[in-house]
Amino acid sequence: MLHPVVRTILQRLGLGLITLFVVSLILFSSIEFLPGDFGEAVLGQAALPETVAAFRKELGLDLPLHERYFDWLGGMLTGDMGNSFSGRGSSGGTDRSRPVIELLAPRLANTLFLASMAAIISVPLALFLGITAALYRNSIYDRSVNALTLTTISFPEFFVAYLLILILSSFLKLFPSLANISPDAPFWDRAYLTFLPALTLTLVIVAHMMRMTRAAIINLMASPYIEMAELKGASKSEIILRHALPNAWAPIVTVIAFNLAYLVVGVVVVEVVFVYPGVGQLMVDAVTTRDVPVVQGCAMIFAATYILLNLFADIISIITNPRLLHPR
Amino acid sequence: MNNEDDLNPSAKAELADQGFSESDLGNHGYSATAEVTQIRARRSFRENIWRGLRSAPPTALFGLTVISLYVFFALFAPLLAPYGEAEIFDMSYAPWSDEFMFGTDQLGRDILSRMIYGARNTVGIAFVTTMFAFVIGGGLGITAAINNGGWLDNLLSRSVDVLMAIPSLIFALILLSMFGANTINLIMIIAVLDSTRVFRIARAVSLNVVVMDYVEAARLRGEKLAWILTREILPNIMPPLVAEFGLRFCFVFLTIAALSFLGVGIQPPTADWGSMVRETAGLIQFAEYDLTAAMTPMLPAAAIALLTVAVNFVVDWFLHKSSGLKD
Amino acid sequence: MSDDRKGTKGDILLEMRDIVIDGYSDDRWHEIVKGVDITLRRGEIMGLIGESGAGKSTLGLAAMGFARPGCRITSGSIVFDGIDLVKATEAERRALRGSRIAYVAQSAAASFNPAHQLIEQTVEATVRKGIKPEDEAKADARKLYRELQLPNPDLIGERFPHQVSGGQLQRVMTAMAMSPRPDLIIFDEPTTALDVTTQVEVLAAMRRIVEQYNTAAIYITHDLAVVAQMADVIKVLRYGETIEDADTRTMLSHPEKEYTKSLWSVRSIEKPEEVSEDVILKVDHVDASYTGSAKVLDDVTIEVPRGHTVAIVGESGSGKSTTARAITGLLPPSKGQILFNGTALPPTLKERSIDQLQKIQMIYQMADTAMNPRQTVRDIIGRPLEFYLGLRGAERDRRLLELVEMIELNESFIDRLPAELSGGQKQRICIARALAASPDLIICDEVTSALDQIVQKGILELLLRLQRELGLTYIFITHDIATVKAISDQIVVMFQGRVVEQGMKSEILSPPYPDYTKLLLSSVPEMDPDWLTGLLAQREKEASASP
Repeated sequence: MLHPVVRTILQRLGLGLITLFVVSLILFSSIEFLPGDFGEAVLGQAALPETVAAFRKELGLDLPLHERYFDWLGGMLTGDMGNSFSGRGSSGGTDRSRPVIELLAPRLANTLFLASMAAIISVPLALFLGITAALYRNSIYDRSVNALTLTTISFPEFFVAYLLILILSSFLKLFPSLANISPDAPFWDRAYLTFLPALTLTLVIVAHMMRMTRAAIINLMASPYIEMAELKGASKSEIILRHALPNAWAPIVTVIAFNLAYLVVGVVVVEVVFVYPGVGQLMVDAVTTRDVPVVQGCAMIFAATYILLNLFADIISIITNPRLLHPR
Repeated sequence: MNNEDDLNPSAKAELADQGFSESDLGNHGYSATAEVTQIRARRSFRENIWRGLRSAPPTALFGLTVISLYVFFALFAPLLAPYGEAEIFDMSYAPWSDEFMFGTDQLGRDILSRMIYGARNTVGIAFVTTMFAFVIGGGLGITAAINNGGWLDNLLSRSVDVLMAIPSLIFALILLSMFGANTINLIMIIAVLDSTRVFRIARAVSLNVVVMDYVEAARLRGEKLAWILTREILPNIMPPLVAEFGLRFCFVFLTIAALSFLGVGIQPPTADWGSMVRETAGLIQFAEYDLTAAMTPMLPAAAIALLTVAVNFVVDWFLHKSSGLKD
Repeated sequence: MSDDRKGTKGDILLEMRDIVIDGYSDDRWHEIVKGVDITLRRGEIMGLIGESGAGKSTLGLAAMGFARPGCRITSGSIVFDGIDLVKATEAERRALRGSRIAYVAQSAAASFNPAHQLIEQTVEATVRKGIKPEDEAKADARKLYRELQLPNPDLIGERFPHQVSGGQLQRVMTAMAMSPRPDLIIFDEPTTALDVTTQVEVLAAMRRIVEQYNTAAIYITHDLAVVAQMADVIKVLRYGETIEDADTRTMLSHPEKEYTKSLWSVRSIEKPEEVSEDVILKVDHVDASYTGSAKVLDDVTIEVPRGHTVAIVGESGSGKSTTARAITGLLPPSKGQILFNGTALPPTLKERSIDQLQKIQMIYQMADTAMNPRQTVRDIIGRPLEFYLGLRGAERDRRLLELVEMIELNESFIDRLPAELSGGQKQRICIARALAASPDLIICDEVTSALDQIVQKGILELLLRLQRELGLTYIFITHDIATVKAISDQIVVMFQGRVVEQGMKSEILSPPYPDYTKLLLSSVPEMDPDWLTGLLAQREKEASASP
């Protein structure tokens, strides 16, 4: 008999794997939905029939579906995501396309850099604002933070981004409006260039996260055992540290994971605004040109990150749940 | 500790139960009709609306005003716009002037006119998409709740779990690359993706109602499913669903704006705010030479932001009012 | 027995004068407590009794200088051992709470922090206030657990709240209150959520421990029989005002106010039992289970005589409500059948004909949730008239009015929504809805247990009158023995999904009893301050007599 904590964690892991499997099925099938003449579209009107046939063969379109899926999945797992469609038809049949992984790898590093910068600022800030707003509920402070964040979450990311560009870049000339970073630049240069996109993301995330944290804490503070602690004469700090905090991990971690996952989405728009060379921009370009292998690669990375973050939050809630930790 | 909006339930019960006085009992004991209760005044629909508006906080009034303005512009766009939606003039990036109030865009189209038509297109498309999402998600959600724990409920709930395990913007991008980016595909894709969120909430609120004894009483009476659905369940889940509609609309509206901004949403020549931001974004570089020109991309972006803020304010007020919901 | 700061019994410990407490709802402040005085002496136990809305919990918390969020103490003075709690600073009040005044809440399961072990929570206040060092406090806690007769007193403290049963948690909470040896404990409906057989044990344990340490207490409840076992003096509250003050014996033997008498009014209904051979419904060797769980009904056989009342009694988990679900077709039996007028009913709801559905109606415990809040009384009662009898328009309205008058309400109620009715009126409308179908059999599932005593009496009398006039048959599901005595002809006792005993009221309620029936019946508190003492003495005697 497994310990309930282990059992529940294994269940969640299994569920996560199943979800990833379904996601991979959807991504894989996206190539099926391409119109019949996509070979010509990719290779150009002038492509020879033989070239088109070779191209289809390279994609494995002559193989049975299930075989193709396992080939593709095996490739995904080993980092071989196929070759990009772009560059195939250029100048008389020479194939200048690059492997997806080559396009993706440097951009992934950039995106992670941007996302971590935003996360490092936003998570502590949002938790601080959310918890203090919940504790000083209905105060002027709470009300104004509340109204401000309600306004901020209503703004599209690009509105916040251009507003910041207009003020901090065009007028004050503090930061560049384009974040065209190069990988070999020193850390502080990259941080400087990345500041505006990171700030944009931070503003959007903090609003969401602060509101969720506040709601979670208020919900917690309404528990009868908090009133009991008050009736046992515990001071405010004792109530928070001893009675609220041990039960707050699960909701707080859920909030953090949810918003880090949201970061994944926000990053796409922000990268485009600032022409930041990340995965998001790559994906948007690939969608516009219907470069399926690149879309598949980018989407797989985004989906896996999102699923892993949620899985992580689930596991934290499981291992902090006294009911599971100390079964009957 | 005297907070206004969080009276605990027991104190509330104590308040609600007070009302009939000792004299009602008298010496002859108990009479059922004598139990005094609170009767709500019967008011007409118009009176209710008027009373609601008068008690509304300034944020909600602001929101309602803004929404009405947008609806007005959307409905009468052709009458209000000085030029046609796709009418091209021979001067691209014209500065702000009497002729072109907000200048022209890269092709020489009047920004003001496109802003006004954008109210119709952008808001209209988001509204239609949200409607679709509600019909799909709401219908399936209530069905799943009635089938609570059955195979249909399990199938639907698990499918929704998987769909929601992928961030919706990313999912939308995948699907748009599969099916191609055009307005019809956009509406269908976003509606289906967003219906998963509607499904969750519709199922959750219906579950609360389905377990009520009055639904069981109707089943015991022998009522058909349709009657139970329309008479017993639907009227009782409307308030949370209406609030959710507002929130989902904001979300859909922002998603479509983001996709259009990325160039894979609403396609030209349809005037749309998200695309307009993208098309005129370059002007922002010229802030030090011509401030008004630099403001041009901010106009459609602000139009999007303003409507979302307005809807959020109204929903916030509605939630507080309808359910006494805490935050 | 008690330490120095206890002083002698008889000194005034708590003096509350002219307390007014407001609560906020519907955008304005209302008075919940309207000028109540309390004087409590050391070692004295005061019972605060009242029905819902009496303001008793609010008043109990005010004795600790505490007002819940949304409440405020607007005037009056609360003097605890010379300290004015209204004028005191929050820090001063906090110093008293958990050291000299302790609190025992109604829902122990929700009031313990799920993240900490029971013993940690038991000694938390004692250690923090420096009354005892930690190891000493824990040793004392184990001693208290033993005195409260908790199983495994040395180890139970290591457990977490979800690992312990409700009755045990309630006792641990009493130990937690007692740990700092307070001068005063507020008990806020501590046994309301418990079954009667558990209630007796918890009551006995609490009484023993407050007597042993000579602790003063305020015991809040809606049940006069319970408070009679605990309290030296009783205060009856209603709508935030004092109705009557007296010592316990006087209050029970010579209540002055009509309202006080009404608090045990259900017990005044007497129904002579009648014998009948004509069986309308037979539950025939029925087994049932919910999917994936063990049997909830095990070979249940019940015969219901036409025109009479069968009461099904039992505690939570006994299967009494499940029996009703099997009869109505909501839970098809896995074995056995239900015979109605001699013919077997199809097991599931779907297979039953409209006619079969019409003849068996159901009334629920919570009238609040049994009526669609968006429908008026006209819709609620009118629907079965249309659905079963095909009545429309004026014909329907005429019948509607007849029904409303039959349940002692009048025309003015017809266009009201459920929210505009009082608890008793709601339950009456539910009765009218059942009557509208012109049924032969009505299943009443705990129909009075959510109501105040005087309202209960009205409903029971109405049901009895309707039975006489219309020849109705009732299956009356309840856990309350007083209600059973008031309404039944026959009684079925259920325990863990089985029928323990079935027979005429007079047979069941008189000896000789099977073990469980005896335990159940003897555990129901009586309006006698010596009942608990007598019961405990008798149980002890029997326990020592049997090997």
